[in-house]
Amino acid sequence: MASSVIAPTSTSFMYSKKGHSDFSSALPFSTQICKRAVSKKICCSVMAPQQSERKPSTTGPVLYLPLLTGVKTAMTMTEKIFARASEKSQLNPGDNVWVNVDILMTHDVCGPGSIGIFKREFGENAQVWDREKVVIIPDHYIFTSDERANRNVDILRDFCKEQNIKYFYDIKDLGNFKANPDYKGVCHVALAQEGHCRPGEVLLGTDSHTCTAGAFGQFATGIGNTDAGFVLGAGKLLLKVPPTLRFVMDGEMPNYLLAKDLILQIIGEITMAGATYKSMEFVGTTVESLSMEERMTLCNMVVEAGGKNGIIPADSTTYKYLEDKTSVGYEPVYSDKQARFLSEYRFDVSKLEPLVAKPHSPDNRALARECKDVKIDRVYIGSCTGGKTEDFLAAAKVFVASGKKVKVPTFLVPATQRVWMDIYSLPVPGSGGKTCSQIFEEAGCDTPASPSCGACLGGPKDTYARLNEPQVCVSTTNRNFPGRMGHKEGEIYLASPYTAAASALTGYVTDPREFLQ
Amino acid sequence: MAVSVSLSQNPSFTSTRRTSYLTSPASISQFIKISSSSNLLKPLMNRTLSLTQRSASVFPRATASPSSSTSSATSSTTFHGLCYVVRDNIDTDQIIPAEYLTLVPSKSDEYEKLGSYALIGLPSSYTTRFIEPNETKTKYSIVIAGDNFGCGSSREHAPVALGASGVAAVVAESYARIFFRNSVATGEVYPLESEGRICDECKTGDVVTIELDDSLLINHTTGKEYKLKPIGDAGPVIEAGGIFAYARKTGMIPSRSA
Repeated sequence: MASSVIAPTSTSFMYSKKGHSDFSSALPFSTQICKRAVSKKICCSVMAPQQSERKPSTTGPVLYLPLLTGVKTAMTMTEKIFARASEKSQLNPGDNVWVNVDILMTHDVCGPGSIGIFKREFGENAQVWDREKVVIIPDHYIFTSDERANRNVDILRDFCKEQNIKYFYDIKDLGNFKANPDYKGVCHVALAQEGHCRPGEVLLGTDSHTCTAGAFGQFATGIGNTDAGFVLGAGKLLLKVPPTLRFVMDGEMPNYLLAKDLILQIIGEITMAGATYKSMEFVGTTVESLSMEERMTLCNMVVEAGGKNGIIPADSTTYKYLEDKTSVGYEPVYSDKQARFLSEYRFDVSKLEPLVAKPHSPDNRALARECKDVKIDRVYIGSCTGGKTEDFLAAAKVFVASGKKVKVPTFLVPATQRVWMDIYSLPVPGSGGKTCSQIFEEAGCDTPASPSCGACLGGPKDTYARLNEPQVCVSTTNRNFPGRMGHKEGEIYLASPYTAAASALTGYVTDPREFLQ
Repeated sequence: MAVSVSLSQNPSFTSTRRTSYLTSPASISQFIKISSSSNLLKPLMNRTLSLTQRSASVFPRATASPSSSTSSATSSTTFHGLCYVVRDNIDTDQIIPAEYLTLVPSKSDEYEKLGSYALIGLPSSYTTRFIEPNETKTKYSIVIAGDNFGCGSSREHAPVALGASGVAAVVAESYARIFFRNSVATGEVYPLESEGRICDECKTGDVVTIELDDSLLINHTTGKEYKLKPIGDAGPVIEAGGIFAYARKTGMIPSRSA
C-alpha cells in the first residue's frame, strides 16, 4: 500500500538542491548532514548503494520541494493528523495549533508531578477532561524497596480512584507480580497490547519513548509534567506542526538483522540531533514486511535522533494486530503523493550489516563485527525497545542455533506481564517445541525477571540488573549516555536482540552471523 | 506577582554589586531560596531571598531582577554570575540521573532536593563539580553548553533541577526539543541559544553577564562579547513563571480566585 504512494513520489518530486523555494531553510540542514555523515567512519560501507538516478553523494538526503504553489492540500500523514485533531482543513509545518488529545499516558515517575500541577492549576476538586482517555501505567520503579518510589505508585492509585480513571494498571503485591492481574509493565508496550494505540489518533505521554506508538500510524510524542498537567485538565495542547523527514527502506531484510539495526543505522546517519523538531516517516517494502513489534522498535528510538515523532502508515499488519485489542473506531491517514518532505533518505536493507551504538551516544554507530575485540561483562535484554515478545524469541533463536551456553551474566527483563507469559508459553521455531524460558535456562541466562523498565535507566540502587560497577554491557535498550544504566563509568553497547545474544555466547561484542548462518 | 517581579531586586544581579563579584565570585552563591508554602503560588516558582539583604523581595525562578536595582519594569533583564561550561549532547540523565526521579518536582521540599543533584550525572572528567560536596546550591548561575543540550528523556525534572539549584539561564548552541519546551513551560530556566560555539571559548568559573534584551553574552574574564539568538515569544512566558502563570497574567485563562 505504502509503496504505491512512494513510487511516483520519488521520481516526480526530485529536484536539484538549487531548485528550492519556500523550503530553503532545508538547505543548510542537508549540507550539514552530508558533512557529518562523511565524517562517520563506517557510513559509506553500510549505506546501501543508491539508485543510479540519485546524486553521487550516497549519504546525502534528496530534497523534496513543493511542485506547484497551487498544490495546497497535499499533506504528510503527520500534518493530516494535526489537521484533524485541530479541526483545520490545511496545515503547514511550523504552524502552532491546539490539538485535541485522544490518549494521555503517564507513569510512576512523571505521573505524581503531573497530577500535582493539574491540582495546583485546576483546583483540588478538578476533574480530568475524560476519565477514559487518561491511561496510567506504573512501570519504572516498581520492584524496589525505595520508599519514595513506592509512595509514587500510591499517589497514582489514589488519583485514579478519586478520578475514576478507567485504565489504571495497578500493582499492589510487589513480592509477586503475577498476583496483580491488572499490572502490565513497560508503558509503551502495554499501550499497544491493551489497544490504546490506534491509527490517526494523537497520543501524548510523559515519557520520551511515547513515540513508539507511531508504529500504528498515529502521532505520538513525549511531553513534560507541566504540559501533561495542562492536558489532564484541558484535553488539548498547543503543538507545532513538524516538517517530515522520510526514510524509504526497501529490500529484503536479511535473517540476521532486526529493526534495531535499521534505527541504529538511521541515527548514525543523521546524528542524534538530526531530526530535532521533525517527524520521521518510515516507508518502503522492508517497513511493510515488519511485524508490529518491529515497527515499534523502529519508531521507539526516533527520539534518539531528536525526532518529535516517528510514524509508519497503517496497513493490513496494523489492522490484524488491532483486531482483538480495541473496539474503538479509528480512521487511518496517509501522506499525499505530493506531500512535502524536508528530505528523503533511502536504504537498501539487504545490504546492511548488524550494528551497535558504542558508548556514550546512540549515534556512535559501528558494525558489530568491527567491535569483536571488545570484551564485555554482561548482557541485558529488556525495555520498551528490546524487551518485547519477539525480542526474546530472537535471542532464543540465536541460543538455539549455537547450542552453547552464555559466557557472561545475561539478564532478561520482559517488558510486560504478557511478554513474560509468552516467554514461558510460546514455542520457539526450530527448537523442537521448547519455550524461550527453557532455552534461556539451558543457555545459562538469569531467570526472566519481573516485568518493568528495570535497569534500562538505572533507577533506584536495588533495581534488578542495574549497572552498579563500571562494567561493559551489551544491551537491547535505547540509550547509552554516561550513567544511563547506573554507573557513570559503565560502557553500554546498544544492539539488537540477535547481537546481544551472540555477544552473551562469546563474551565479546559479536556479529550474530557467527551463529545464524 | 508581576508587580513584585518588576520591583524585585537581588543584590547578586544588581549593577552595584557586579564589581564586587568580579573580585569575589564566591559571594554569588550567597543566596538561599525559600519554597512557597502558599497554594496561591506555584510551588515551582520559588522565592529567592538574599542573605545580605533581609528585605529582599521575591521573584519567580528564572526571572532576573532589573539591572538597575531600583528601576522599573521597563529596564533590561540581566543575568550576572559565574558560568559552568559543558560540551555537546548533555542528556537529561547527566542533568538529573534516573535514581533521583523518585523526587516529585511539584512538592516543594523535593523540588529543593532535586536542585541539589543538578548535573551530578556528569562524568568524572568534569573535575570541577557543578555543586560542591555538602552544598545544595550551585555557585554557577549560568550554564554554557554545546549542541543538543537536554537530549534524551523527557523528564521535566531536568530543567527543574537546574532552576532549583540556582541556574537562571542556559546558553547552548542548540537544544533537544523536549528540554527546551519543558524549560519554557515551567519557567525554570531561560534556554538561550548562542550564535556560535561559546562553549569552546568560555571556561568554568568565568564571570559572565547576559543582557537578555540585547541578546548579548559578555564574558568579563576574557573580555569577549557574544551574540545570542533572541528568545522571542518564549521570553515573557518564562518571565511570568511558566505557561500557566503566563496564561493567567495575559488573561488566556481565568485568574485563580483567592
